[in-house]
Amino acid sequence: MNKELTIFQNMVRIRVTELKLAELYKEQEMRTPTHFGIGQEACAAGVCEALSDGDQVYSHHRCHNHYLAQGGSVFKLGAELYGRVDGCSGGRGGSVHLTARDKGFIISSAILGQTLACATGTALAFKMDKKQAIAVTFFGDAAVEEGIASESFNYAAIHKLPVLYVCENNLYSTESPRNIRIPDDGDLCERARAFKLEAAQVDGNDVYAVYEATQKAVDHIRSGKGPYFLELMTYRWLEHVGPFYDHELDRSYRTAEELQEWKKNDPVLNAEAWLEKNGVPLSQIRSIHDEVMQKVNADLDRAKDSAWPEVSTLYERV
Amino acid sequence: MSEMRVRNYASAISEALCEAMDRDKDIFVTGIAADYKSGLFGSTTEVIERFAPDRIFDAPSMENAMAGIAIGAAAVGKRPVILHPRADFMFLALDQMINLASKWRYMYDGNAGSVPVVMRGVIGRGWGQGATHSQSIQSVVAHFPGINVIMPTFADDAKGLMMTALKVDTPTIILEHRLLFNIEAEVPEGEYYVPFGKARIVTEGTDVTVVTSSFMTIEAQVAIEALKESGVSVELIDIRSIRPLDTKTIIESVKKTGRLVVADTSWAFCGVSAEILAVVSESAFSALKAPPIRIGLADVPAPVSKPLEDAFYPKASDIARAISTLMNAKDKDFEGVEFVHDFKGPY
Ligand SMILES: Cc1ncc(C[n+]2csc(CCOP(=O)(O)OP(=O)(O)O)c2C)c(N)n1
Repeated sequence: MNKELTIFQNMVRIRVTELKLAELYKEQEMRTPTHFGIGQEACAAGVCEALSDGDQVYSHHRCHNHYLAQGGSVFKLGAELYGRVDGCSGGRGGSVHLTARDKGFIISSAILGQTLACATGTALAFKMDKKQAIAVTFFGDAAVEEGIASESFNYAAIHKLPVLYVCENNLYSTESPRNIRIPDDGDLCERARAFKLEAAQVDGNDVYAVYEATQKAVDHIRSGKGPYFLELMTYRWLEHVGPFYDHELDRSYRTAEELQEWKKNDPVLNAEAWLEKNGVPLSQIRSIHDEVMQKVNADLDRAKDSAWPEVSTLYERV
Repeated sequence: MSEMRVRNYASAISEALCEAMDRDKDIFVTGIAADYKSGLFGSTTEVIERFAPDRIFDAPSMENAMAGIAIGAAAVGKRPVILHPRADFMFLALDQMINLASKWRYMYDGNAGSVPVVMRGVIGRGWGQGATHSQSIQSVVAHFPGINVIMPTFADDAKGLMMTALKVDTPTIILEHRLLFNIEAEVPEGEYYVPFGKARIVTEGTDVTVVTSSFMTIEAQVAIEALKESGVSVELIDIRSIRPLDTKTIIESVKKTGRLVVADTSWAFCGVSAEILAVVSESAFSALKAPPIRIGLADVPAPVSKPLEDAFYPKASDIARAISTLMNAKDKDFEGVEFVHDFKGPY
């Protein structure tokens, strides 16, 4: 049960942080285009809990969840969004360019597909050095459309590289549904298998299912059998970039009903239901929420008080 | 003479596309988010209303192959317009554009026809667009012969240059600055063509030549306004097209004024401003009364943090100071002189 509670707590930490950041974002003090991960927390929390020290993680533009799941600091994330000197990238990178090397989170990057290749390269280095470590990258369904994804899969398979590709399939790329991007709403695992990757599709809103599937994937990779592709089916609650719901801004590419359906499949509520069913008292669940909330609020208050970078540092560290 | 109406930059582009598409059935538009209601910041709204889904349609994220697909379609008579919501995404398309499209006519000695692909990229700026969503790639692409590189500043030019792009035989990259999209100007109705390789003299003057690209033209106008009382007579030249470059207009102006400031939206190093200084040194060296001044981005990747971002971008004040320096009149500081816009992000 301890493992399940840890996973739950990590997921709540992500949810609470993202909700709070989205609320603060509306004050227009965080000047950085931000892609919130609310609704998709189980993917990050489930995968990262199955990793070990020494494993290295990359992410894409929607990266807060993965940074946090690896143990990245809420304070440094908040400071980064405020553009402050204490940000994880000194306020220079913004929401889409995070790093936490001491936590095994190498970087996130905003150009689609880049980190599929980077993780492949990190895996190549691990293999050359005969390390047990694996490289992981999170990305969305649109990244798989880029040529770099195919090139990376092929290379990883040829060299049996220790890399885990985690696709969070939230059904949309910005406002584009799947049918303009992939024939027959096809599942992406089929593609990965065509490149001789081991692949599995998992309910990305069931954190314990994600955790188990990742354990399996990690075992496969660590035993030298080569790359693994996880397709986690999930849904983004907020607009593509920014803190609002699409229906609040009258966008019609998806319906409020669709969102409501997915909200019934809320990863946090799903995990709570599982915990309750397995004997965790509601009061304990509540207190996890409360503790996390207090800590997150304090961290983000502190983030806003952080200093601006000195203008004289503009030319440093090119 | 056709009738003039006030239009913003975005709708002028939309209008140009519609005019051209009415005239030429082979034109089609695609790329990421091509058919969204928001219409690439309003620049395709009318095109979508009139031509979706047959001649304007969305695409997967596939910049590399999409450029090649456009070339292949162009080879058999189409005129594809490919959209990139940020010019930064175009790097993935550059192999096809540079290693193939730009060489198509020359390398096959004209025997393989031509591939008039039009590629539009938006230059992001401000509100923390950051290092990978704000780059001005003009000098990267203009380096290569065989490709037109166009940067309209004013709404009428945005229309006229777009219509020209959709008529010429060679591939064209058009870079549009995000902060220009809401700026209005008088735009001619109907077919309207602005030739490539012809700069626009925005204001005539006799003391200092200021050569600018894209949004820096707007900042230069603000600078000139701030300098009004000083009595300096500034000639402002908006180059509009990077390749072909209208060297004649620049050289003639410098021969007249003897002083030169160049303000480009990108870095000075190996940049368009370097090229312009080279051209002037070669052809108007003896006319120069003072060393020319280049104004470009701070020579670092674009930072997100506001104070750093503010320091990163040159402004009207920098242009005004440069002009004053050349005139040996440094009594005024011009602090805070800049174009005020209402862009509030996130994108
Ligand atoms: C090469 C490149 N092309 C286009 C974009 C613009 N872009 C940013 S996010 C995005 C959609 C991404 O969708 P997906 O990968 O499914 O991730 P999600 O946003 O759904 O989490 C696009 C097209 C980009 N960042 N990089």
